[in-house]
Amino acid sequence: MTPKEKAKAYWKENIRYVLILLAIWFLVSYGAGILFKDTLNSIRVGGFKLGFWFAQQGSIYVFVILIFVYVRLMNKLDKKYGYDE
Amino acid sequence: MAMMSKTLLIEAVSVQNWTYILVGVTFAIYIGIAIWSRASSTKEFYVAGGGVSPWANGMATAADWMSAASFIGMAGIISFAGYDGAVYLMGWTGGYVLLALLLAPYLRKFGKFTVPDFIGDRYYSDTARIVAVICALLVSFTYVAGQMRGVGIVFSRFLEVDINTGVIIGMLIVLFYAVLGGMKGITYTQVAQYCVLIFAFMVPAIFISIQMTGNPVPQLGFGGELADGSGTYLLDKLDGLSTELGFAEYTEGSKSLIDVFAITLALMVGTAGLPHVIVRFFTVKRVKDARKSAGIALLLIAVLYTTAPAVAVFARTNMIETVSNQPFSDVPQWFKKWETTGLITFTDKNNDGLIQYVADEAQNELVVDRDIMVLANPEIANLPNWVIALVAAGGLAAALSTAAGLLLVISSSVSHDVIKKVYNPNISEKGELIAARISAVGAVCVAGYFGINPPDFVAAVVALAFGLAAASFFPAIVLGIFYKRMNKEGAVAGMVVGIGIMLYYIVKYKFGWLDDTLPDKNEWWFGISPEGFGAVAMVINFVVSITVMKFTKAPPEEVQEIVENIRIPNGAGEASNH
Repeated sequence: MTPKEKAKAYWKENIRYVLILLAIWFLVSYGAGILFKDTLNSIRVGGFKLGFWFAQQGSIYVFVILIFVYVRLMNKLDKKYGYDE
Repeated sequence: MAMMSKTLLIEAVSVQNWTYILVGVTFAIYIGIAIWSRASSTKEFYVAGGGVSPWANGMATAADWMSAASFIGMAGIISFAGYDGAVYLMGWTGGYVLLALLLAPYLRKFGKFTVPDFIGDRYYSDTARIVAVICALLVSFTYVAGQMRGVGIVFSRFLEVDINTGVIIGMLIVLFYAVLGGMKGITYTQVAQYCVLIFAFMVPAIFISIQMTGNPVPQLGFGGELADGSGTYLLDKLDGLSTELGFAEYTEGSKSLIDVFAITLALMVGTAGLPHVIVRFFTVKRVKDARKSAGIALLLIAVLYTTAPAVAVFARTNMIETVSNQPFSDVPQWFKKWETTGLITFTDKNNDGLIQYVADEAQNELVVDRDIMVLANPEIANLPNWVIALVAAGGLAAALSTAAGLLLVISSSVSHDVIKKVYNPNISEKGELIAARISAVGAVCVAGYFGINPPDFVAAVVALAFGLAAASFFPAIVLGIFYKRMNKEGAVAGMVVGIGIMLYYIVKYKFGWLDDTLPDKNEWWFGISPEGFGAVAMVINFVVSITVMKFTKAPPEEVQEIVENIRIPNGAGEASNH
């Protein structure tokens, strides 16, 4: 691969990761915490209604996990393409 | 009776002494760090030399981000808004995902000092640079006024000095370490301030969680059963109490779905576009460190943000139980104390001597300022004096750390983006450093002025700060990275239209300056409040940028090369001054 093709392939994989992770980001917050809150509220975990829990707790935990997953994926990707330092 | 007032007096004095001790010790630490980390070059002043470790940067970012509003205000707002409070919880954390995935790594690779640096270079235009400087100044000044006010309020309530004296003490402290140390001094004091503020927030929360639910983890406690052996879940009890008094069910909320959606989006995107947050990612060594420190920052922020909704539930339940339908003559000491500050008011409308706290305005007799929920919470729960004092030190740490970060953005906008980049490119390194320090002094004075004479629309302009960041920086930066063909015509048009429409909406629907009276909620576009309108303005910016770009010529070859270059993480080098 020429450096240009390599950069292009790297970018494509990066975009794929970003899109997948942002889809999850959207689903837990806008999905579970807002749009489907009322449906999820019929499910209870301990004292929490599930929709309420996602809005005030769950989505935040998922956000933290998403960033660390991205960090790992990208560190691997950087290595694969020899872009790591 | 005489005996009792004497013990109360002793208790009151010792809370104050504890406060003097804790505030004194923490301030001494901040000053010590400032002396140890003086800045000697513009690079140290603007980006702390560019060698901050991911953990230190994560802690500094967390303290930078969590302001007086997060520490003092947020749990109080949630305790009155119930489910609707989720807009702040999700909005102010979800933005970090955008920051880590879409902005931070690329801006670090770009490797300059400020956000207007990126906008100006990427869009090869001083117009774009100046528009960015104006946005950065507007956003930061709005924010910093609120912080200085927060410092003043904490001082006046806990140390019984005048609010203005409090603001001036706060100004002197910030002046000392921001002017001396620049970003370097700020970074390491923020690390210390994170430790102080998170400790101060968690200790009372854990105490109260154990008291009410027997669970030491507040995040689990507020979904647990009450410790009184009744077998009732805390949240069910609060839902019951709320509906009994005529309020909406706590876990349901009362805002419309579309407004909750829009506000959350505006806050997320606004967070990712705030210059004082973005600039923190210029201080790390490598691109991978920028990603990692965004994760660490959010982890550390999440500690407070997942505890706040628990504190909100504890405080709300405690408050209702303590005062609702109780005789006014029997109210506890804290009630009287906060009543003298005017933040709790009781008017016995039906003259029965009992406190009626209900949703119906005509019958409600109790007004509680939501800001005191966090500050009064330890007293309501009868916690030891040192815990009450700790909250004061934590509130000050939160306000000072955010103020310092904002002041740096203001001073570097003036000395770097305006003086160095536009007005006098030949200025020497030494001259620029002096200019940076003078602008920092100027910025502190202006911030102090607004802290002492707060414009009455301070609270309202916070919505504007997020809205502006969402409507201007976020689309311009994202398009600059992900859309190689985006050109200066598109970006400038997008920013100007985005900001313009945001300003118009705020002025019309928040301040009501365009009509004789504030327009009714029914007139909101799509039912979206001014707080949420940043989401709409952001979409408009994207649409305008892309449309204008289609009809204008592509950016020059070398700019397209810059874009290709920032997409590859290695060879970031150090932040450079050219």
